[in-house]
Order: sequence, then C-alpha cells, then structure tokens
Amino acid sequence: MTVKSISQDNLNISYEKKGLKDGIIASLPIAVGYIPIAITFGVIAQAAGLTLVQALSMSLFVFAGASQFVGVNLIAMGVPFAEIVVTTFILNFRHFLMSSSLVTKFAPMRKGLLAAIGFGITDETFSLASLQPGKLGAAFLLGLNFTAYTAWAFGTGLGVILAAGMPPMLQSSMGIGLYAMFIGLLVPSMKKSIKVAVIAIAAGITNLILYNYLSVGWSIILATITGALIGTFCFKGGKK
Amino acid sequence: MDNYFLLILAMAAVTLLPRIFPLIFLHELKLSPKIQQFLGNIPYAALGALIIPGIFYSTGNFTYSIVGASAAVLLAYFNFNLLLVVLGSILSIFLFQIWF
Repeated sequence: MTVKSISQDNLNISYEKKGLKDGIIASLPIAVGYIPIAITFGVIAQAAGLTLVQALSMSLFVFAGASQFVGVNLIAMGVPFAEIVVTTFILNFRHFLMSSSLVTKFAPMRKGLLAAIGFGITDETFSLASLQPGKLGAAFLLGLNFTAYTAWAFGTGLGVILAAGMPPMLQSSMGIGLYAMFIGLLVPSMKKSIKVAVIAIAAGITNLILYNYLSVGWSIILATITGALIGTFCFKGGKK
Repeated sequence: MDNYFLLILAMAAVTLLPRIFPLIFLHELKLSPKIQQFLGNIPYAALGALIIPGIFYSTGNFTYSIVGASAAVLLAYFNFNLLLVVLGSILSIFLFQIWF
C-alpha cells in the first residue's frame, strides 16, 4: 500500500487543479493558529519598546514567528544588531531544506512567482503545502501563503493595540493551535505508512536530544536531515 | 528609529534568502531518485522535529500541553478536518482549565 499523495507524485499527475480560493480555504487552520501568536508577538514587541509601525514592519517584512520573538527579545536585552541578524539567519536556515523539498512539488511557473511564493514559506505553510496531493500551482500557493501572512500581520497590529493581551486562560489554550495543526497533518500520514511514522519519530527524538546542546535552528535542521536520511536508507525502493 | 528599520531589513534579507534560493535554482531541475526520495521525506521529518519537544512548552503548562496534544492526536487519528483538529485541541485545554 502506498500513500496516495506519494503515488500521485511519482506519476506526475494532479487530479484537480487547485486555485487561489482553495489555497485560502486550506490556509484557515494556519490563520487560526497564527492570530493568537501574532497578538502575543505584538504585546511583547510593545513591551520591548517597539512602536506599532516597527512591530508591524517586522511582521510584514520578516514574516517568521520564531526569529521575530527572539529578535525582539534580543533588542530588549540590548544585544548588538549584527548579532541579532546572525541569530535570525541560523534560526531560519531550516527553510532552505523546506524550500528544496517543496519545490519538487511545484508545477512549472515564472521566476517572479517563485520569489513571491518563497517569501511566504514558513514552517506552517510549508507543512500544509507539502502534504497536499498532486502538483501545486502558483495561484494555490499564493492563496495559502497570503492568508497566513494576512493573519500574522493582522494579529501583530491587534497585539500592539490591545497590549494588555487576551485573558490568560484563553491565551494559554491557544498556544497549542499550531502544534495541533502539525499533528493533524502528520498523524493521518503516519497511519498509512510505517516509513512516515519512523521518519517523524526519529526526527522528533533526535531534536529532543540535540536541543539540549545546540541552538533551536541547528537542532531542527540536523534532526530533520537525520529523519529524512533514515527514511531514505532504511526503506528500499521508496515504498511504504 | 532609523536603526530599527535597518535591523528589520537585514533580518528580512537573511530570512528571505534561504526561502527563495532553492526555489529559483532547483525548480524544474532533474534530481537523482535518491535525492528526490530524501527531499520527499523532509516534510515528515520536519513535522516530527517541529512537534517534539516544542509542543510540551506550547502552553506554558506541561499538563495542559499533554491534554491538548492528546486531543489533537485523537481527532487527527479519526481523520477530522484540520481546522477541527486545531479548534478541538484549543477547546480541550480551555475546558480542562475550567473543570480542573
């Protein structure tokens, strides 16, 4: 038994053409997960002394959750800007791996569109797009990324304006949102394929060990490579 | 003030580069089957690494995180829609806090 999406990939067939609207709808779970986190970011940015314009432009130009939190934290600590930029680079370098993987699912498209789509690649948009069956068109990808982007920017602005934040009980509940989405993407694939289960668990365990010794960025990169290599060399012929 | 803006632009540049570079250079490039297989495994490996151990710290309370994670796994196992998995997991922690 092969996973449906994998067999479709190998045959280079996409059964239905997914457009802008499908991308927007597919992105709703990300939007739900992003808004509370973006609000939290807005609150923290404001507390660190950033103005509304500064906090918003960070969300609009950088669009990377983890590195924005770390960045604002380092700003508040008075860390030199060059050091903040290097930290951001290390933290986001995992997207290099993700982009390399995702592009193998792209339908042919113009270079300009590739750059626009690339800007919107986050852990969440990457995961969601990767597990879609068939080839991915530019309209679908732009709809997906743009919806996530809008939610992120909207939440940031709201956070700075609210500043006091949401009721703590609701806020702590909503922290699980994006992780629940990752689980919602992963578990159905694990059910269908032992290989997927082994890859994901191997990467998780590797990260659990490495994050004690390395920065978050390097730890996730090495754990991802380890899991993917185990899947490549322990399962012959790309089956199951 | 201006310095902040320069910092943000520099952060944007180092974030954008690793995201765009592979798209431009690997798009429509023929890769060997082994490399294709490796790249095909990346999403599952990345998900594993993104979930563990981050999920345990996601709510600021270990017990709440376990409750939310269990609800998500259960809903996902029975193939509920992704949005319902997210909302159900959030709701499970919210109810847990009210009841316990």
